[in-house]
Amino acid sequence: MTQSTLGAPAKGSTFHPLSPVRKMKDKLATILFASAFAVAAVPLIWVLFTVLERGFKAVLQRGWWTQSLAGVLPDQFAGGVYHAIYGTVLQAGIAALMSVPLGIMAAIYLVEYGRGTFAKVTTFMVDILAGVPSIVAALFIFALWISTLGFPQSAFAVSLALVLLMLPVVVRNTEEMLKLVPDELREAAYALGIPKWKTILRVVVPTALPGIISGLLLALARVMGETAPVLVLVGYARSINYDAFNGNMASLPLLIYTELTNPEAAGRARVWGAALTLILIVGGLYVAAAFVNRYLTRHRT
Amino acid sequence: MTIKPDPSLVAPPNPVGPPRSGHTSIMVSTVVPKSGLKSGGRWGDRIFGSVALAAGATIIGAIALMALFLIIQAVPSLQANHANFITSSEFNTTDADNLRFGIAELFQVTILSSLFALVIAVPIAIGIAAFLTNYAPRRLARPFGLLVDMLAAVPSIVFGLWGIFVLAPRLEPLARFLNSHLGWLFLFGKGNVSLSGGGTIFTAGVVLAVMILPIITSVTREVFSLTPRGQVEAAQALGATKWEVVRMTVFPYGRSGMIAGSMLGLGRALGETVAVLIILRSAAQAGHWSVFDGGYTFASKIASAAAEFSSKLPTGAYIAAGLVLFLLTFVVNALARLAAGGRVSGG
Repeated sequence: MTQSTLGAPAKGSTFHPLSPVRKMKDKLATILFASAFAVAAVPLIWVLFTVLERGFKAVLQRGWWTQSLAGVLPDQFAGGVYHAIYGTVLQAGIAALMSVPLGIMAAIYLVEYGRGTFAKVTTFMVDILAGVPSIVAALFIFALWISTLGFPQSAFAVSLALVLLMLPVVVRNTEEMLKLVPDELREAAYALGIPKWKTILRVVVPTALPGIISGLLLALARVMGETAPVLVLVGYARSINYDAFNGNMASLPLLIYTELTNPEAAGRARVWGAALTLILIVGGLYVAAAFVNRYLTRHRT
Repeated sequence: MTIKPDPSLVAPPNPVGPPRSGHTSIMVSTVVPKSGLKSGGRWGDRIFGSVALAAGATIIGAIALMALFLIIQAVPSLQANHANFITSSEFNTTDADNLRFGIAELFQVTILSSLFALVIAVPIAIGIAAFLTNYAPRRLARPFGLLVDMLAAVPSIVFGLWGIFVLAPRLEPLARFLNSHLGWLFLFGKGNVSLSGGGTIFTAGVVLAVMILPIITSVTREVFSLTPRGQVEAAQALGATKWEVVRMTVFPYGRSGMIAGSMLGLGRALGETVAVLIILRSAAQAGHWSVFDGGYTFASKIASAAAEFSSKLPTGAYIAAGLVLFLLTFVVNALARLAAGGRVSGG
């Protein structure tokens, strides 16, 4: 491209100004790439704005955070979503109780122990599990827990499905965080004669803990918005149900989906109110994750 | 975290071997825990290693069980099916003695909406990835990246609400324009649902595109940022403009990431449930590969019938559909891995 110029005698400048075509192409590319980014920002802001605009009235309504919809008529602007918040938090919480130890141990296996074919297969399966659609996870739990084992539909069944969705996120994130722990720390511990398991539990995991926790919070935020499992695995209830193993239980996505069939204005208000509530909870978890990551990491070093 | 170095552990190895406990009264306090720690270490390691291994095995077990149970539950219904499972467009499970279900229609809607989403999302995602890695000021690249990642945080049901109530009416003029001017192309031909209201694959595809944007972007971005510095500098030294640098080094180097990211995005789009369920309007007739069709995808069909999962055979029909979706996403995700030549992350 520049060969002829380089070979030319030394008179005049070696460097030509950019040809207009190349200049234009460069400008065009810059504009295109920047506008691609703008295009992505538009739906995000648009969605958040819509939910805020249409939902804030319901959220500010008296009793929204403290009452359920028991006894509230479809066209009544009353009641709240406390029962659904409870369901969402409970189902995600139980799922976290199961998937956190399992996920962290699996990640420890992959990073600290895993060699050879079995580890490779496990890694592959984590990737596959990450790609399993939530509806398929829900169907699987339905086929196993409800259809084969004969348990009733319940919040616990939802939690089981959420475990499947949460697990790969937890494993991957923990894996990333454990890999960031410098080998020198491990070697120092070994040099002191500390057994491997203790090194992992007392040196490696604590070092990676802020990252692991913030990843867990993000995983939690993600499963809270899952709708497919609650559609398949539990019925909707308008009143509070504390029992995870029996009976119908509301959750925010299920409440939204159910109220969609309510043609009244009050129903629409509840839909957007619940959507805003869900986004507030998810957003709160994201903020908490960022906070944990920043604050704990800083105070550790 | 504090580790108190046990002097006897740091000391050079004793050729006689560790002293047994109870040698001297002074040593007892340090030696007993030490020997306990040593054997505890061996056992601890064995136990801890096995627990970790078991956790890994659980994940493999989960996938195996998933395939197994879906198959077990699907087979009786498939045997009782009076229609061709692959080629039939019917999905009638109201009469358990005369099940007639096939996936042709579901397959068509699923593939069309996912591919449509992919066609929109991939160029944008690549643009964003290039922007974030090569154009955005370094200090802003991180917050900008977070902004894109936040799209992944929005629950899919919220996207569904936004899609049908807010976006669909806005897209309607565009849909009408495409339909009347490009209607000769089957993709933009007359669909089997009305354009007004926007309950079409067109709307669903746009929403899906927004939803899969973050994952494609994050995988692509990761690979773009790994472009060897030397190659970039070599191109710059030859006088390449920024665009030429991106075209000649970043894009060729990141091709595998683009493909892997797109496949992962496709996998997400194929399995997306509730947003599609809310947006798509059910259609009376079969579609003809037009983006202005309505209907059901695999996932939305299953979710729409979830309330009626009571008797085994009809439920099995939906589980069979779920099994196909499972296989579809399995293949797509495996391809993504293959394209990336190993792990694909990206959340």
